[in-house]
Amino acid sequence: MSVALSACVATSASEWNVRVAIAAKHLLAAAAESRLERLPITARDFFTQWLPDPWRWLVNSLIGIVAIVVVFASLFAVLTLVERKVLGRVQNRPGPNRTGLPFLPFTEGRMFGLGQPLADGIKMLTKEDIVPRAADQVLHFLAPVALLAFSILTFAVIPFGRNLVPLALDAGVLYFFAAGAATELAVFMAGWASRNKYSLLAAMRALAQLISYELPLLLSIVPVVMLAGSLSTGGIVEAQGGWKWGFVPHWHVLTPWGFAAFIIFFISSLAESNRSPFDLPEAESELIAGHLTEYSGFKYALFFMAEYFGMCALSGMGVTLFLGGWQAPCPFLEIIPSYVWFTVKLLTLLLGFIWIRATFPRLRIDQLTRLAWKFLVPLALFNIGVAAFWSRTHDWAGPLQLARWAIALVLVVAPFVLIGRKLSAGIAPRTYRYAT
Amino acid sequence: MFIRVHLWLTKMLGSGLIQGLAVTAKNLVGSFHDPLRFTTLEYPEQQPKLPENYRNFPFLVTENAGDPMGTLRCVACQICEKECPPQCIYIEKSKDKKPDATGRMQIYPAVFDIDTSVCMSCQICVEVCPFDAIKMDQVFEIATTDRFSALLLRREQLAKPNEYYHSIHPTEATEVDARLAAERKVAEEKAKAAAAAKATAPKPAANAAVAGLAEAGRPGPATPATKPIPAPTPPQPASSNPAQPPAAPSAEAENSPPAAA
Amino acid sequence: MHGRRTAFAFIESRIENRKSKMIALALIALVTLGAAAIAMSLRNLIHSALLLIGSWAGVAAFYLWAGAEFVAFAQVLVYVGAVSMVVLFAVLLTRQSRAELTLTPDSYRRVIAAIVTGGAVLGVLLGAVLSTELKVANAKPLPPIVSVLGRDLMGPYAGALLIVGVVLTVALLGAVVIASTERDSTRGARSPGGPATEDAP
Repeated sequence: MSVALSACVATSASEWNVRVAIAAKHLLAAAAESRLERLPITARDFFTQWLPDPWRWLVNSLIGIVAIVVVFASLFAVLTLVERKVLGRVQNRPGPNRTGLPFLPFTEGRMFGLGQPLADGIKMLTKEDIVPRAADQVLHFLAPVALLAFSILTFAVIPFGRNLVPLALDAGVLYFFAAGAATELAVFMAGWASRNKYSLLAAMRALAQLISYELPLLLSIVPVVMLAGSLSTGGIVEAQGGWKWGFVPHWHVLTPWGFAAFIIFFISSLAESNRSPFDLPEAESELIAGHLTEYSGFKYALFFMAEYFGMCALSGMGVTLFLGGWQAPCPFLEIIPSYVWFTVKLLTLLLGFIWIRATFPRLRIDQLTRLAWKFLVPLALFNIGVAAFWSRTHDWAGPLQLARWAIALVLVVAPFVLIGRKLSAGIAPRTYRYAT
Repeated sequence: MFIRVHLWLTKMLGSGLIQGLAVTAKNLVGSFHDPLRFTTLEYPEQQPKLPENYRNFPFLVTENAGDPMGTLRCVACQICEKECPPQCIYIEKSKDKKPDATGRMQIYPAVFDIDTSVCMSCQICVEVCPFDAIKMDQVFEIATTDRFSALLLRREQLAKPNEYYHSIHPTEATEVDARLAAERKVAEEKAKAAAAAKATAPKPAANAAVAGLAEAGRPGPATPATKPIPAPTPPQPASSNPAQPPAAPSAEAENSPPAAA
Repeated sequence: MHGRRTAFAFIESRIENRKSKMIALALIALVTLGAAAIAMSLRNLIHSALLLIGSWAGVAAFYLWAGAEFVAFAQVLVYVGAVSMVVLFAVLLTRQSRAELTLTPDSYRRVIAAIVTGGAVLGVLLGAVLSTELKVANAKPLPPIVSVLGRDLMGPYAGALLIVGVVLTVALLGAVVIASTERDSTRGARSPGGPATEDAP
């Protein structure tokens, strides 16, 4: 925090900025110590303070794990309902609005459809679990387990609040992507274990998609790590601290290279979590259900839970790396606790995921691999160069700041336009002829 | 310069995506306040607005809602039973006569059954009824758990008041009511003229009866000199004459052959 | 990040007993070597490949035991995330038939020769390991911090990094060339249905 503060002071030497920086520091200090901010820690300590030392660490960790699983599992349930309702509203219809709990008074059993996740859960649990006789029993069982395990593992390094990182690792970002890469193995296991050549084919396609988009995902992170100087998620959040001119935060998304990197990261995380418009592996019209064809009942629900967990984890990482993590946009909004800000930003990103699903049609496998390799990877590589230029010119002040911004913007936009033109050469905009 | 930048921006790669996102967002936000962007009719809490000419299964019109069985317009003439293509109407005439809505003694249907599992809502019974007694209803929430006896609608289930008819087919109902009222008025004047003529002399009574018959024999402007031609006019054949007490038997005898033709 | 205590440092400061450290090492070694051994003996090739991947994960656990977090996560990312895909694709695309391989030796002489050779190699290695004097560090070394690793890679060991990069690039280019020439030569004879062939980028 002091590093960010001194950076604030150094970039603009006017007295007004100094005063604002001091005021921000006071506000931050007050916010960091406030009761509401420390509420989760005090609640946890209330239960475990009396335990001896190694047991206390163990129980604290267990409480953290249970809290994460409970929160994100309920977020998954709520997210399925929110997604269906938002998708419905975009399509001029209400979405589920009939399911409720019949015994509650004053609701006439409807409850605006809030009982839908419960109904879906009960349906999934009571479905018969069919395993084909020719399937590889061990692998068929292990695939959703492995997928879910690795997806939950990725939550360990996301800073949910000021003191709320479950595992403060020095190489947290690398851990996150390592655990994410291991989920691809489970996709292959699911497709192979079904002993169904269409499932295998679809699993291969899904794997090709996942591997293709690993690369832009990781390459878009490199500038962030470079500029923040650390692989640890807490360090990256704190490197985005402070406010320029008192109200503009130093989030990475508000820089040219950061904005481009955020877009690339967002598109890649759409593809990594098999989300529209990259949901070829799980679309109903594509080889039935792809690698999930032979799964029924709760295992199917586990696959979807793992997909939504991946979505939440990637959104959480996006918030951490680009949107300033748990920090507030303005100093006087620091009163609101950090975990609330993190949740607000996370929900915004998830709403963006749902919005994109409602808007765009599905991409074919050759279209999406072409997008990854020919478009996103070169752009991400250029972006690293722009970020290097940005970091080298951090001491340009005054009118040179404008020059820095202009050069960076040109360097970001030009490859985008040029590569875009080259790739869409020969593809004219669609003209529609109607039979009149 | 700015226009050129703007044009260039709208042609840039990704501008179509942004426009698509804008359309979707407009739909999402608009669905909360703009009825054009939320076209769902939440049935059954909201009922659809049915067109007036929608029809589904017939019903019997009663003049007085307080006494449904006593004020049915139906006189059990059995024309609809004979004209119904799938023969789903079953009528039994009553043995006695009861006073109808106008006070006249009239036979009534003791049994009037329509088998709705057979009825195809073709409206022929409505078209042939001389008394505007059977009209088309607009019910569609009539699912039952019994395939046989519950689908056979009896007289009590079929009788619905004239106010109900007004509520479902307003223009038709007002037209029918106006016509019936006009005919009744004409018949009343006929009866008064006949009574007055009868009071003066017996001989002019026969002429008056013929003249009254001629006058009452067609809708619209009547020419008293011409004989009643049994021409079935499209909406209704020769209208009811039972309001004329002295000419009643002859009127009935004159009218039923042309109507049965 | 210097002031922040990692969870592993915390665990290490608690588990000062060498014995428990050795027990942990023994378990990790058992899992790694056991997975590899079973992988060698299974009939189903895909099961072998998956157990081999488990063995690599055991190596990552070993790195974590030794305190090298960065290398452990890099191991998982590279091996379990990417090399495993290569192995599985290779196994799936080059299978001749769905029949599982049988692992019966040709004759008893071969078995005895294999045992003797393997035993000799094992004996040499064990002798070398057990007879070497390893220096014991005086002070407890700090766990390597990623920025220090990065500076070392860019500074004293930059040459090694560049050579490794060149080797990987050459391998990638070679693979692309082989794949494209193979496709040209077998274009007529290739049966339809290679599921994972994509256009070369």
